[in-house]
Amino acid sequence: MATKLHIPHAPFRPGDKPDFSNIKLPKAGELRRPPTRIHANETRDLSFSMIRVLDGDHRAVGEWDPHLDAETLRQGLRHMLLNRVFDDRMYKMQRQGKISFYMRATGEEAVAVAQCMALRPGDMLFPSYRQQGLLIVRGIRLVDMMCQCLSNSRDNLQGRQLPVLYSFKDVNFFTLSGNLGTQFPQAVGWAMAAEYKGTSDVAVSWIGEGSSAEADFHYGLTFASVYRAPVVLNVVNNQWAISTYQNVAGGDQNPFAARAIGYGIPGLRVDGNDFLAVFAATSWAAERARQGAGPTLIELYTYRAAPHSTSDDPGRYRPLDEWQYWPLGDPIDRLKKHMIARGEWSEEQHAELEKELTDHVLASWKEAESYGTLNEGPWPPVSAMFEDVYKDVPPHLIKQKRELLE
Amino acid sequence: MNMVQALNSAMDVMLERDPNVVVFGEDVGYFGGVFRCTEGLQKKYGEHRVFDTPIAEGGIVATAIGMGANGLRPVVEIQFADYIYPAFDQIVSELARLRYRSGGQYWSPITIRSPCGGGIRGGQTHSQSPEAIFAHVCGLKTVMPSTPFDAKGLLIAAIEADDPIIFLEPKRLYNGPFEGDPKQPAVGWNTHPAGEVPDGHYTIPIGKANTVRTGSDLTILAYGTMVHVAGAAAQQTGVNAEIIDIRTIAPLDVDTIAASVCRTGRCVIVHEATRFGGYGGELSAIVQEECFWNLEAPILRVCGWDTPYPHAQEWDYFPGPQRVAKAIRQVMGC
Repeated sequence: MATKLHIPHAPFRPGDKPDFSNIKLPKAGELRRPPTRIHANETRDLSFSMIRVLDGDHRAVGEWDPHLDAETLRQGLRHMLLNRVFDDRMYKMQRQGKISFYMRATGEEAVAVAQCMALRPGDMLFPSYRQQGLLIVRGIRLVDMMCQCLSNSRDNLQGRQLPVLYSFKDVNFFTLSGNLGTQFPQAVGWAMAAEYKGTSDVAVSWIGEGSSAEADFHYGLTFASVYRAPVVLNVVNNQWAISTYQNVAGGDQNPFAARAIGYGIPGLRVDGNDFLAVFAATSWAAERARQGAGPTLIELYTYRAAPHSTSDDPGRYRPLDEWQYWPLGDPIDRLKKHMIARGEWSEEQHAELEKELTDHVLASWKEAESYGTLNEGPWPPVSAMFEDVYKDVPPHLIKQKRELLE
Repeated sequence: MNMVQALNSAMDVMLERDPNVVVFGEDVGYFGGVFRCTEGLQKKYGEHRVFDTPIAEGGIVATAIGMGANGLRPVVEIQFADYIYPAFDQIVSELARLRYRSGGQYWSPITIRSPCGGGIRGGQTHSQSPEAIFAHVCGLKTVMPSTPFDAKGLLIAAIEADDPIIFLEPKRLYNGPFEGDPKQPAVGWNTHPAGEVPDGHYTIPIGKANTVRTGSDLTILAYGTMVHVAGAAAQQTGVNAEIIDIRTIAPLDVDTIAASVCRTGRCVIVHEATRFGGYGGELSAIVQEECFWNLEAPILRVCGWDTPYPHAQEWDYFPGPQRVAKAIRQVMGC
């Protein structure tokens, strides 16, 4: 059938040999780091090209090098590795039927970890799923995250939410929604209120490149632009939205970061697997917001190495080894090599750290499991089902609760 | 005061009392709203507290949610209830569920004001009554006043509430009570007792119905514009009807309704919205559950037809006093 409609295709499907040589990557250190009070139109190069700091020899180069000290790097590596070990454990536990569902962040750990480390504790996080690294950086105990996933007697959400849809107000982590994209304009509203109240706190939100097609993306950018809200808006472009490639969200036309310019917002496109670049870009955007200069849109260019979720089977829509061909590598491996090149780390230390974190995750799991599992309990009380629908339980819910419990 | 002035006064009182109250929406700032409900408020409280927004209902509600989670108490206007649908995901999946899904950590005390209902020659995109859609969503409270006095008291209660409130304003009642006959000359609120509105702060509790006319022969359940239409219909038939203004669509004041119908034994339900799957069905089911052994006749519903709200045929669509009177006679067997 002759048609002028363009139906986008994923570059590689099962059976194909991936070849990403068409992805144009600028050299690390090539792009300038402009002052933060910059007009959107002056960020064309930064939104169409890619901010990269780590070069092929694992050195940090160029104006975007955040010059982090060794201790910060060790922290970053530790957080990312813990994220991965934790995810792998939870994935296995789902496979054993201990939890109903899980989502790993494998391959994109630098996004949450480096970004969160570049922020202040008072900055408010409006995450999407796959940003468990934020909670790790902010010091939430693994046991508490596991108890949420187990929906057990210690679940801080009383068994109401699917695993990974966390909420931790103590560390300014907003309640996660299963409806995609909704958090983006909410973050803008939070930031407007922060400005109204005269605080210097910044709101930060994440959306997937797939969900950037939702109206909420447009709402978020429009309101952020109109009111110049102190907000950092991030598109995590991990190439895949379940089975559809980023071009189904329009990513083969112009980069997602470049959309910012049309809204009058600076756009930064960042190598999302480069811990230092992610840290630097986030610091720039947060500083800009704190100065009252307005919002920034950051595209974090990465790759979803894990299946979308434990309910997904990527072997049906992409080559299972595609990640091995991904030109931007593995964020953990790249930071490790950089630290080794700087003489701040070694393979032995790395192996030791991995062992320590594996033991920590296992011990945490044992403790979490002792508080109950979804299948065997103990669970939060049934009566909790009727609470928090409203501030006070209204008469009809009191009646329904009685009906259930009698 | 008319209802517009009463609503304005409620927001004025709350802006004055609570610095966390902010008011925003399409055209509400400089212009004061297309129905003038926010007139003068930007001038009085400044453009950081009362402001215009982009035409993006989903964005208005979403940003309000974020503000509410950060300690503010937003009062937003959706220019017509017919335009609320782009915000539906933010209202249903987010606003109504924040407290529950976060284990009580987060909530957003938002009031969403929106003019609803017909009778103003607005056609289908300026006349709808979507209350049943919101009544169906747990986590929301839905309110609809029928007089200026109630409008002010309920709006203040809504703004002060820590639950999200859908506040539907029957726009045909903005300037005066309306008994359903467009051929009658329009009357203002100045001659109606509920047009007497105090200047200061008072509240009307959310969750409480109001018996506006006592009677012993049958109970008419109505809200919004239909309270006045029901009154005219009762007058016309000469039946000694009790009229209950539901006022809070959800959560419903079952006790007031059940006590009345158990006493009268007869019930007619009136609303402007379409009939099938409508709010009247829920009222009817509750009355049947609570009052079955006291019922003397089937419960009847008088509603908008199950069509989109028409333009030229408005007065054939609108459940006016003749149709309500017919239902009353049918239930009374006369």
